[in-house]
Amino acid sequence: MKKLDYKGYFFIAPFFAIFLVFNIYPVLLTFYYTFTSYEGYGTPEFIGLTNYIRIFSDTYFYEAFFNTWKIWGLNFALQLGIALLLAALFSDLRFKIKGLGFFRAIFYLPNLITISSVAILFSIMLDWRHGSVNMFLQQIGIISEPINWLNQPVTAQVSVALILTWMWFGYTFIVLMAGVSGIPGELYEAALIDGANRWQTFVHITLPLLKPIMLYVMITSLIGGLQLFDLPMLITDGLGAPEGSLNTMVLYLYNQAFRYNNYGYAATIAYALFLITVIFSAITFKSMYRKSVKE
Amino acid sequence: MTRKQYIKLIVYVFLALLAVISALPFYMMIVNATRDTKEILSGFSFIPGSSLVENYETMMDYVNIWLGFKNSLIVSVSVTVLSGYFSALTAFGFAVYNFKGKNPLFIFMLLMMMVPGQLGLIGFYELNKFIGTLDTFIPLIVPAIASPFVVFFLRQYLATTLHPTLLEAARMDGASELKIFHTIALPIMMPAVATMSIFTFIGSWNNYIVPLVVLFSPEKFTLPVLMGFLKGSQVAQNLGSMYIGIAISVVPIMVAFLFFSKYIISSISAGSVKE
Repeated sequence: MKKLDYKGYFFIAPFFAIFLVFNIYPVLLTFYYTFTSYEGYGTPEFIGLTNYIRIFSDTYFYEAFFNTWKIWGLNFALQLGIALLLAALFSDLRFKIKGLGFFRAIFYLPNLITISSVAILFSIMLDWRHGSVNMFLQQIGIISEPINWLNQPVTAQVSVALILTWMWFGYTFIVLMAGVSGIPGELYEAALIDGANRWQTFVHITLPLLKPIMLYVMITSLIGGLQLFDLPMLITDGLGAPEGSLNTMVLYLYNQAFRYNNYGYAATIAYALFLITVIFSAITFKSMYRKSVKE
Repeated sequence: MTRKQYIKLIVYVFLALLAVISALPFYMMIVNATRDTKEILSGFSFIPGSSLVENYETMMDYVNIWLGFKNSLIVSVSVTVLSGYFSALTAFGFAVYNFKGKNPLFIFMLLMMMVPGQLGLIGFYELNKFIGTLDTFIPLIVPAIASPFVVFFLRQYLATTLHPTLLEAARMDGASELKIFHTIALPIMMPAVATMSIFTFIGSWNNYIVPLVVLFSPEKFTLPVLMGFLKGSQVAQNLGSMYIGIAISVVPIMVAFLFFSKYIISSISAGSVKE
C-alpha cells in the first residue's frame, strides 16, 4: 500500500469538483462581498472596511447577538437539566424504570418534525385570543386573563426557548443515555454496596463520566443555536417582532440580504457569525477539556 | 406502599407527563384539523369535530399541498441517493489509495465541515443567479454530491471493515477498480450508508433557508417553504384549514418514525459515542 496510486484521484474528483463550485467558491465570493456595497445588481463597488466598521457600531446586530444567546442559553439550560434528570432516573439501579425504548421514542418525536411546521403550529396555538394554549390554561384555571405570548419581548423569547427545549430535550437525553450505557455497571453496583445515595452516585459517577459527551452536546447545540432561524422567522412577522426580541443573527442576515438587498453588509454579518461560532466553540471546548483534565 | 414505591410512582407520573407534553401539540393539531374555525375559536377541546373534509377542500382551493409534498420528495430522495453514492465513492478513494496530497485534502475537507451553511449563502445565491439555476431544484440537489460529514463517517467505517486482501483477490481476478468499488466496497458500506441516509433525508426534508432563498415559484416550493407561504396567505384566516395543512406536512414523518424509530435512535446513540 506504500506505492503511490493515482487512481485515487478518479474516485475523489466528483466530490472535490462539486465542493469547489458549490461550497468553496460561494464562501470566497461572500468574503469578497464583505468589502463591497453590493446590492444584487451591477458591479460590486469596493468600499474597503466600511462594512466591518458598521457592524461594530450596529445596535441591531448587538441586539440580534444577545437575543440569540438569551434564547439559546435558556433553552440549553432547561434541555440539559431535563435530559440529565432523565438519564439519572433511567440509570438508577434501584428504580429499574421500564419502557426506556418507548419514552426515548416519544421524547424524540418533536425533534423530527420540520421546524417550519412546528413554528406555524405554535404561532397559531400561542395566539392571544384564539390559541389553544391560552384557552387550555384558562379552562383549567391557571390563568384568568389570556397572555399575549408572542406580543411581548420577554414572553416571546421565553416561548421560543421553551419550544426549542421541547424539540431538543429528547435528542439530548438519547445522547446522554448512550454515554450512560458506556459507564461500566460495576461502578454503580460498587456505589450501591458502599451505600452511596442517589445524589452521590449521580454527582460522583454519572456526571464526571458524562463530561466528554456533554461537551459534544454543548458544542453541537451551540453551533446549531447560533444559527437559529426557522423558528423566529415563522413564528412572528419574520422581522423579529415583538420589538426586535426575536431578531436573531441569521434572521438579521437573511433580512439584510434578501429583503433589503444589502448583500455586502449581509456577507459581513455571515463572517461575524462564523467568527463568533469559532470563538465560542473553542472557549467551550477549552474550558470543558481543562476541567476534565484537572479532575 | 413503601417510601420507595411512592418515589417510583412519582417518577412514572413525571415521565408520563413529559410524554404527554411531547405528543400533545401533535394531538391538538390533528383534533383542530377536524374542527371548523368557529369551533376552534369557541374553545379548547380534546374531541375531534366533523369538518375534516371541508377544511381540506378550503386549503386545497388556495394551495395544492401535495405538490409541495411531491417537490420535497423529489429533492430529498435525489439528495439522499447522490449523497450516499458519491460519499461512498469518495470514502473509497481516501481509504484504499495512496496519492499525493491525500492527507491535506482530507484535513481540508474536515475543516470545511465545521463551516456553518450560512457562511456562503449569499455567494451561493449569486453563483446560482450567474449560472441560471435559481428557481430550479439544482441548487438544492447537486451540492449533495459533496457531503463531507458522510464521507468522513464512511471512511472511518471502511477503515475497520474493508480488508486489503479482499481487494487484492479481486484485482488478481482482473476486476477493474470501479468494478471492485461497485461489487465489493459498496455492499460492505451499505449499513453505514443506510444510517447516514436517514439523517440526510430528514435534513433535506426539513431544510428551510436554502429553498426559501433559491425558489420563487409557488409550484416549485418544497413543503417547509410552502408552509411559510400558507401562513402568509388567506388560508391563515381559516384555522381548521391551516391545521390540516400543518398536519399533512407532519404526519408522514411521524408514520415513518413509527417504523424506523429503533433504528434512528440507535444511530444517534452510536454517532455520539464514537466521536
